Amino acid sequence: MRLTGAQALIKSLEMQGVEVIFGLPGGAILPVYDPILDSTIRHILVRHEQGAGHMAEGYAHVTGRPGVAMVTSGPGATNIVTPLADAAMDSVPLVVVTGQVATTAIGTDAFQECPITGVTMDITKHNWLVTDARDIPRVVAEAFHVATTGRPGPVLIDVPKDVSNSQMDWYWPSSLDDLDLPGYRPRTEGDPSAIRAAAELILRAERPVIYAGGGILKARAADALREFAERTGVPVVTTLMARGAFPDSHPLCLGMPGMHGNYTAVTAMQHADLLVALGSRFDDRVTGKVSAFAPEAKVIHVDIDPAELGKVRRADVAIAGDCRIVIEEIVEALGTLGLESGGSAGSGTTAADRPDLAPWKAQLSEWQQRFPLTYRQEEGGALKPQLVVEALRDSTPDDTIVVAGVGQHQMWASQYWRFEHPYTWVNSGGAGTMGFAVPAAIGAKVGRPDKMVWAIDGDGCFQMTAQELVTASAERIPVKIAILNNAYLGMVRQWQELFYEERYSEVYLSPDLPDYVKWAEAMGCIGMRVETAEEVAPAIEKANSVDDRPVVIDFRTDAFEKVYPMVPSGASNDDIIVGPSEGEGGR
Amino acid sequence: MAPSSIGGPGGPVGVRHHIVTVTVENKAGVLARVAGLFSRRGFNIFSLAVAPTDDERFSRITIVVDVESAPLEQIIRQLDKLVNVVAISELAPEEATERELLLATVEAGPDERGQVIQLVGVFEGRIVDVGREAITIMLAGAPNKIDDFENLIRPFGIVELQRTGRVALPKLERRTTRLRTIAGGAGEDGAG
Ligand SMILES: Cc1ncc(C[n+]2csc(CCOP(=O)(O)OP(=O)(O)O)c2C)c(N)n1
Ligand SMILES: [Mg+2]
Repeated sequence: MRLTGAQALIKSLEMQGVEVIFGLPGGAILPVYDPILDSTIRHILVRHEQGAGHMAEGYAHVTGRPGVAMVTSGPGATNIVTPLADAAMDSVPLVVVTGQVATTAIGTDAFQECPITGVTMDITKHNWLVTDARDIPRVVAEAFHVATTGRPGPVLIDVPKDVSNSQMDWYWPSSLDDLDLPGYRPRTEGDPSAIRAAAELILRAERPVIYAGGGILKARAADALREFAERTGVPVVTTLMARGAFPDSHPLCLGMPGMHGNYTAVTAMQHADLLVALGSRFDDRVTGKVSAFAPEAKVIHVDIDPAELGKVRRADVAIAGDCRIVIEEIVEALGTLGLESGGSAGSGTTAADRPDLAPWKAQLSEWQQRFPLTYRQEEGGALKPQLVVEALRDSTPDDTIVVAGVGQHQMWASQYWRFEHPYTWVNSGGAGTMGFAVPAAIGAKVGRPDKMVWAIDGDGCFQMTAQELVTASAERIPVKIAILNNAYLGMVRQWQELFYEERYSEVYLSPDLPDYVKWAEAMGCIGMRVETAEEVAPAIEKANSVDDRPVVIDFRTDAFEKVYPMVPSGASNDDIIVGPSEGEGGR
Repeated sequence: MAPSSIGGPGGPVGVRHHIVTVTVENKAGVLARVAGLFSRRGFNIFSLAVAPTDDERFSRITIVVDVESAPLEQIIRQLDKLVNVVAISELAPEEATERELLLATVEAGPDERGQVIQLVGVFEGRIVDVGREAITIMLAGAPNKIDDFENLIRPFGIVELQRTGRVALPKLERRTTRLRTIAGGAGEDGAG
């Protein structure tokens, strides 16, 4: 069968099972847009290419399948650089197709030429410049393979216009042997001797903590994690990237650690004698000052990316492997050492000599009782953002997908939501990309139309990518957006208040410029405004009843509320600040 | 030294260097990916040499890395993540046979010419070009020998000088297991 490169590209995406492409056409990608008309693949026309990238990310986060975006050369391609960087930081599988000027024009500074493979070299897992139409099916298969195996990540395929216009004989690589990836060998199972050593360390620990990261979700290891925690009775912290990987209501769940983590999660790690790091990477937002982090802990570190092992913190037992497989192997090894399901130990086994964890658990519950997350809603006072998050949580199904922007609202969303299921939390962790929430929520809703999707966004973030609500209206994608409108770049304002003597430099935004309700309506959404605590629940209820278009609620929240607890940047986690100091609370 | 600078701080490279031999696919842009990784991660390079291998699908990049800028293990594991990197082996300097090539044009008028030619003879180099006021010398050898030679000819006045950067193979009297092939068997070694 003779096909053009463009037809082969679309057919290859179909062969990969792609159901949706987020994109926006232009000159260099024009040939590829023509066969889209005849394809079963749905195309969603975005209003800005950054939106396409974040939609693809949101889709990938909730489905576990790679998100696909397609854009033109030059500015189209550079507009999707931010989502690629975001996906690289958070290990999100993305396949981005960019148009490129004709091979004969490459290097001549042709109209809309941009060397996008060079630009994105360090922020993709890999990228390809296709120079021959015959390579297209193979490269597409390679791209999906690389994006989705090992540590997932974004990839980019750059397709010059003459390549998509030229003819080729269609084929499809039927097996991995037909791919040309001699240097790519992702790992799966762990090293058996290390598995045994890990199991022994676990059985000797008196104050163990499981430090669960986003890798648990990538490896689809939430069930394995639960089995492991329950069998060992070891408490679990879930990082910002791992919210939902372990149910917040579980008695062993300590919640989120890190810069804005809760006191118990942060302090448990500081006092632990063993950290079992599963798919987590000792990010500086979790460790605080590295040299003061968990000083007494031995470390078991499991990660599919060997380069993470020992990168920040030396591991006593380092295991390169898929989290789900390695956790199952450790559970099996624990069984061999006498730890039975339900946590009881066979007599005369290693497990029978295990230290009693009861004093540790008692200490943890004491901390939980003494230092819960708190805020105070004054009657008739400014609306507290935490109250809005709690109201949303309490009046939505518990499998609602929550998508956050970046800033204070993101931290409150993570702190005050109660995550019960994996893949219900979508956020930009490693990159902290403002503007992520609206498009990512749209992508998430496309991936899981059966679920309610709420974005909790900041007023600053919303203004960066709000135009994608036009896309959502046009495509009838009924996402719901809660803007926690504090009239500020709140997180930056908080730092200026605390660390720059309240000298506020370029952080004020205004509560009513723009008019978010009118803006929402202009974009085909329902817009509402909420100013008092009493109005919160009815507005959410009304939003929940809408299913044919997007809804935006402008919650006017207290501009001076700060996120606590807080470990100041660069400080030790021991120096956690639990709440506002005397006299500061009323601000 | 600035992160990821190329070239040592003047003198010969000491114990802080290590040789990493990277077999890469012979595809466009691969060298940029390797170099980009070093700059992105702040790893320092002392020297770098690239050449095709006996298999035309692959090239070999010999990199002398500064193991003070980052742990060797971290450098190797990050390199191994590059999709176009097929195999990596690392050699400690004492386990390696290293060679480097130097080309130098030295000022040598009729009066000094004899002395320069004598030096070249002692070091078993070759005169490859002769002009009225200068001669061009080629010398291949162990990097420290090249360093010595460079210092000795410097007083005559160096017009131009180029060194290739070193290439290396494991010493034969050592057990070959010391040549640790990182990739290839990597799936099994667990990288613990
Ligand atoms: C693209 C981008 N630019 C700048 C920043 C720095 N930054 C982090 S949080 C923040 C403020 C966000 O403001 P808003 O969306 O209103 O959220 P709030 O903190 O007020 O809840 C800024 C500017 C960023 N993370 N991303
Ligand atoms: Mg704000």
